[in-house]
Amino acid sequence: MITLLEARGIGKRFGGLTALDDVSLTINKGEVYGLIGPNGAGKTTLFNVLTGAYMPDGGEFVFNGSQLPTGKPHKVVGRGIARTFQNIRLFRELTALENVMAGHHIRTRAGIWGILTQSRFTREEERLTTERAYELLDYVGIAHLAEAVSKNLSYGDQRRLEIARALATEPHLLALDEPAAGMNATETAQLRRLIDQIRHDGVTVLLIEHDVKLVMGLCDRVAVLDFGRKIAEDVPSVVQRDPKVIEAYLGGGHKHVA
Amino acid sequence: METLLQQLINGLTIGSVYALVALGYTMVYGILGLINFAHGDLVMVGALSALQTMMFLMGVAPGMSPIAMLTLALLVAMPVCMMLGFTMERLAYRRLRNAPRLAPLITAIGMSFLLQTIAMILWGRSYHTFPQLISTTPLQPIAGVFITPVQIAILITSALIMVALILLVTRTRVGRAMRATAENHKVASLMGVDTNAVIAMTFVVGAALAAVAGVMFASNYGIAHYGMGFMPGLKAFTAAVLGGIGNLGGAMLGGITLGLVESFGAGYIEDLSFGFLNSSYQDIFAFIILGLVLIFRPTGLLGERVSDRA
Repeated sequence: MITLLEARGIGKRFGGLTALDDVSLTINKGEVYGLIGPNGAGKTTLFNVLTGAYMPDGGEFVFNGSQLPTGKPHKVVGRGIARTFQNIRLFRELTALENVMAGHHIRTRAGIWGILTQSRFTREEERLTTERAYELLDYVGIAHLAEAVSKNLSYGDQRRLEIARALATEPHLLALDEPAAGMNATETAQLRRLIDQIRHDGVTVLLIEHDVKLVMGLCDRVAVLDFGRKIAEDVPSVVQRDPKVIEAYLGGGHKHVA
Repeated sequence: METLLQQLINGLTIGSVYALVALGYTMVYGILGLINFAHGDLVMVGALSALQTMMFLMGVAPGMSPIAMLTLALLVAMPVCMMLGFTMERLAYRRLRNAPRLAPLITAIGMSFLLQTIAMILWGRSYHTFPQLISTTPLQPIAGVFITPVQIAILITSALIMVALILLVTRTRVGRAMRATAENHKVASLMGVDTNAVIAMTFVVGAALAAVAGVMFASNYGIAHYGMGFMPGLKAFTAAVLGGIGNLGGAMLGGITLGLVESFGAGYIEDLSFGFLNSSYQDIFAFIILGLVLIFRPTGLLGERVSDRA
């Protein structure tokens, strides 16, 4: 098995609060890796440190064999890590298509001179970006909404658009922050098929999720965070029976999660 | 009727210049929420560096055609302003990006003083005659209306620039990144946009427009001096607020509207005030408008595009 991402002793404090305490984990190429834990366990903080939105207070990430830059989000994207957000953060005034095209920014190069002179390279690149964006909208199932301004999309479609935008950055690792939040059963089932398809197409998935059923059914391995510490990391069936995990979720005395 | 048409032409001309400057204000505001008060002074730097280039060219190549000379002057003035815009952002505003809003605003005013003072040292305090390479002698009047070649040049050039800018912002990779960054810096960078580069680019594009506007302004009035950017700067700011600051279409609409109001105001102010005021008071219209807009419609004609910043 090839390691894609390794977190080594990541720490993050906010004032007196330790959000992440010496967290280490390993994500293998091609797997769906779940990150679960009670509210406030530090899952989203780990995402934010990983993607460069926050500077870690300690530790490092090794991605594809070399260290990730910290505090430089666009460079992390350039290395091949893309994310979605727990509370949807689309470019609300841009159309669905433009959102996806904006996601492709890091993989394109056209500059102001190429644009002003409308060089052949620029026109060709823009054409390919548009084409690719339509493909991705189709991939997540909202091609018919390409021209819609993204703030007008339904909640479920906005979530799917976020995934398309993230995929437009051509990631090796796709980090999804509670993608099923607020979805009904049908939408969750569709999402599950989509994540399966994404993994099948060669993108490793890191998934934060509250829906334990989804996590247990979808993930190859799962890590559990509690109060900023990793308390378990294994295949779902083992994690599910781990007393520490049950304790963290249910406060002890119970036998099974979910 | 003839006065009416005449004021219309004059108003459109000066309004286009205001619009070009207003676009710079509004682009920077849209992306940073900053009123760059030094933007008006880039108009002055554009005009004076073009003047300097023309003087030099007249010395070394007296027989050069006016169009070639004007083009070369623009090719110097634009990069000079673009570099200034870039430097201002890099050295002053970037450090203050997360500071309380008052800090960059006051810094911008300081930048404005700095640019004026440097210009005063370099070019002196006197008014310079700006070579009118495109004629300001009116053509044969059409229906009693006089239009000068320089007015025609200003109208055509600014229309082309505005169309190009709209296409740049709405149809291209750079424009998409600008709009994404304007909406949310943090998310844009998490989606792979180098937001620092995009913000720098916004300043550079705005500065290039200011340089062109400076050459137009000086060509139209035939005069340039170190303080010439102040008034057009304030008026362009008014135009941007009038149209709805942060909104490109608004800046264009606001600029043209302000130019027209001013021009008609100047034409009729004597009648309106029963001979008490004359056309040299035309500046009051811009500021009456600014006051009225801020009181009754602070979001401007087309409404400020209010975006949520994370």
